[in-house]
Amino acid sequence: MKTENQKAWLFVLPVLFLVAFNALIPIMTVVNYSVQETFGNNLFFWEGLGWFEKLLNSDRFYSALGRQFMFTGSILAIEIPLGIIIALSMPRQGFWVPICLVTMALPMLIPWNVVGAMWNIFTLPDIGLLGYFLNHVLGVSYDMTQDPAAAWATIIIMDVWHWTSLVVLLCYAGLVSIPDAYYQAAKIDGASNWAVFRYIQIPKMKNVLTIAILLRFMDSFNIYTEPFVLTGGGPGNSTTLLSIDLVKIALGQFDLGPAAAMSLIYFAITLLVSWVFYTLMMKDDR
Amino acid sequence: MAKITLSKLRHSYYPDPKTPEDYALKEIDLDWQDGGAYALLGPSGCGKSTLLNIISGLLTPSDGAVLFDDRDVTNLPPDKRNIAQVFQFPVIYDTMTAYDNLAFPLRNRRVDEATIKARVTEIAEMLELTDMLHRRAAGLSPDNKQKISMGRGLVREDVNVVMFDEPLTVIDPHLKWKLRSKLKELHQKVRATMIYVTHDQTEALTFADQVVVMQDGEIVQIGTPVELFERPAHTFVGHFIGSPGMNVLPCEMRDGGAFLNGVNIPLEGSDRHETGGKTEIGIRPEFVGFDTVGLPAVVSKVSDIGRHCVIETMAGDVKVRVIVEDNPPEQGQSVHLNFQPAQTRLYRDGWIASARRGK
Repeated sequence: MKTENQKAWLFVLPVLFLVAFNALIPIMTVVNYSVQETFGNNLFFWEGLGWFEKLLNSDRFYSALGRQFMFTGSILAIEIPLGIIIALSMPRQGFWVPICLVTMALPMLIPWNVVGAMWNIFTLPDIGLLGYFLNHVLGVSYDMTQDPAAAWATIIIMDVWHWTSLVVLLCYAGLVSIPDAYYQAAKIDGASNWAVFRYIQIPKMKNVLTIAILLRFMDSFNIYTEPFVLTGGGPGNSTTLLSIDLVKIALGQFDLGPAAAMSLIYFAITLLVSWVFYTLMMKDDR
Repeated sequence: MAKITLSKLRHSYYPDPKTPEDYALKEIDLDWQDGGAYALLGPSGCGKSTLLNIISGLLTPSDGAVLFDDRDVTNLPPDKRNIAQVFQFPVIYDTMTAYDNLAFPLRNRRVDEATIKARVTEIAEMLELTDMLHRRAAGLSPDNKQKISMGRGLVREDVNVVMFDEPLTVIDPHLKWKLRSKLKELHQKVRATMIYVTHDQTEALTFADQVVVMQDGEIVQIGTPVELFERPAHTFVGHFIGSPGMNVLPCEMRDGGAFLNGVNIPLEGSDRHETGGKTEIGIRPEFVGFDTVGLPAVVSKVSDIGRHCVIETMAGDVKVRVIVEDNPPEQGQSVHLNFQPAQTRLYRDGWIASARRGK
């Protein structure tokens, strides 16, 4: 005779509380704002799905979203292959391993706003090391406060500098976990270097690479501090990414309703892309 | 398929070896006949894997040469030697199907697809892999994965030698036996030279026609399983082979006879070189029996292991193991031990010193 009771729920309660306070309640607050019009003195009026409708019909949102995808796409297209190449060329054992690892990890230890400030100074046309070198030594006209192309190049290079290491370290961890026997067997089977990469290294790196791409996607898709400190979204709106636009709406214009609606859509896109990507990557393993 | 000769082979992992201890392999000379089944047997760290990697070309020896059919291949890389190696852990290409895994070595050598198909089908048939050929290799069980690793070695027709580096380590016990007999069967079918490295005596003795026993980078004895069992050339071989291993008992040589606790023990033959050194009597527990006269001892432990009983006795402070089929004595009982003279060997400083019977 099996006794059944509901005691097990008690064990779930602490987690439920935790999740409620760090996720459910904040999100529900945003949901609450997104369906109302806010005025001063805590006046709220029901707006329904109006903000969502307006937002999804606004050019401003789509251009910010487009810039966001362009930024994320560009940095992924550079950081992932570059990270793999660097990881492949790092030594697997010996004296240089810790030196390489620490050097690699350094950029990641620098706070985001400091990274933005560093690159800002670095690229100043008249006194910045890079800016001065480009303008006055190489004679290339470079000023990211005037030229959108220069601004884009700078935020992309800055992100590559800051985060490629993450991809490198994850790939490197994947690579060193491959037993020697695989390389020896491949040698005996007469496999070319390309075949070793294609059939041993890539499959063995697949899981960490999936994580790397996911982390870099989510992080770069939500990026705010560095480009904000570096370009402030300019020149014009040329580097106004989604999050920068969101903050402009929420804090600059204090439009809580539209900002909340935008946050939810933003969140939904991040979640959807991550989920689709992860599902596709893991499809074969099941 | 080829005859393999190792000539004055030495290897050290240090760049500048000086003392003999710096060498993982100390002066190996070996001849392996074409089409033979050989085993390299020894405890972990005895240099057997080093030797294997030198034959496959993954390591270049410090000194000496490796010859395949009298052709020097010492400096050739593995893919130029036409060898196959099966590793301790199954190596498979995860993203490929079983078929593509087996075809991989042939595709790398630009064999045409029709030939590949015929070869892969034949090998899969032999290894009983046919019905999983088109499944992804990553999803298969460890023993099937290991069969694929073997298959990749056997798929090339011109392969000189197939080497197995403890291939059954990760296989479940009940499948070990199956795979082992499969290997033996394969050897009979393909008649390739096969070298099997292991520290498991059962695997070595069932697989090989000739077993090479190694210790500390040296070859201690080469022989058929029967020779290794009956006349170990060194007490190490006696200990290492057999379950339990050979009894090695300190003895005293005087008046041309061997004495243990003052009792004369008849040997198989006379002592060949009557110089000093540590002398020991070696006899397998299978050849010790209980009698009314002989070496007095006390039974200290009786273990019934099913097929027979292993009895530990103490003759003074010397432990002697005895194997009997039935009627084991009680623990604590006083007995007399009788050694079959034809199977009683004398060892001097570890090496066999008694002459064969009638010599």
